[in-house]
Amino acid sequence: MTETPDGLLIGQDSTGRLVKRPMSPHLQVYRPQLTSILSIMNRVTGMAVSAGTLLLVWWLVAAATGPQAFDRVQWFIGSPVGLFMLFGWTAALFYHFFAGIRHLAWDAGYGYDLDKVHMTGWATMIATVVCTILVWVVGIIVLRS
Amino acid sequence: MSDNLTIKVRRSQLGRVRGAGSAKSGVHHWYLERVTSVALVPLTLWFIYAMVRLVGAGQENVVIWASRPWNTVLLLALIAMTFRHMQLGIQVVLEDYVHHKWFMTAASLGTQAACVLLGLLSALSVLKLALW
Repeated sequence: MTETPDGLLIGQDSTGRLVKRPMSPHLQVYRPQLTSILSIMNRVTGMAVSAGTLLLVWWLVAAATGPQAFDRVQWFIGSPVGLFMLFGWTAALFYHFFAGIRHLAWDAGYGYDLDKVHMTGWATMIATVVCTILVWVVGIIVLRS
Repeated sequence: MSDNLTIKVRRSQLGRVRGAGSAKSGVHHWYLERVTSVALVPLTLWFIYAMVRLVGAGQENVVIWASRPWNTVLLLALIAMTFRHMQLGIQVVLEDYVHHKWFMTAASLGTQAACVLLGLLSALSVLKLALW
């Protein structure tokens, strides 16, 4: 028996012969757009936040182990590599946070008009930059005080 | 186009006629990803606020902070939601980009094992801090 359900990459032509359906988008020829870039960014930042969570696990385990272990993790986070990772984690977390809220609004049925999609897309990027910088400025103030 | 294309249909005729789909469980993954993301909205805001306040704090201050009951509970909730959401998210990425069946199975099981173990490790650390 054959059937050609949706979702398989095989379809039937007008004579009933099985044919391979074209796959899209072709990344090589697909013009980057705000919508597609922000969509893939949500995935990339999701993976980045996951990787950064390892730092949180280390931090918690070290704090539960004792002062010396905690000093080690604090030293690493304060090193150039650690600061770079922490900054990247902050930015990725904020992006994934705002993009996630945007997705939840879509799931609820809001914000599908193209002008709204572009507006919320820009808002996501601006909010990410502003909140990341704000958190780091406040963090530096806390550290100095 | 090739003439050698074939389609394997793994569903029964009865299931196909009834439109039973994926045994009614198909939406579970999608739904749980949303539920955990909704929970993570307030939890993440609280976590960032807490971390900024703890910048430069020593281990003894982290113990005092984590042993306040509300902080303990919110940390445990954050850990549970984060690792569940992470596992669901990585699962989708693997399904989309890994096409080798055995590697996909191994990567999926490995992700689940890692998320459960790291989640338990984090939760135990929080409890140890709370009951220090």
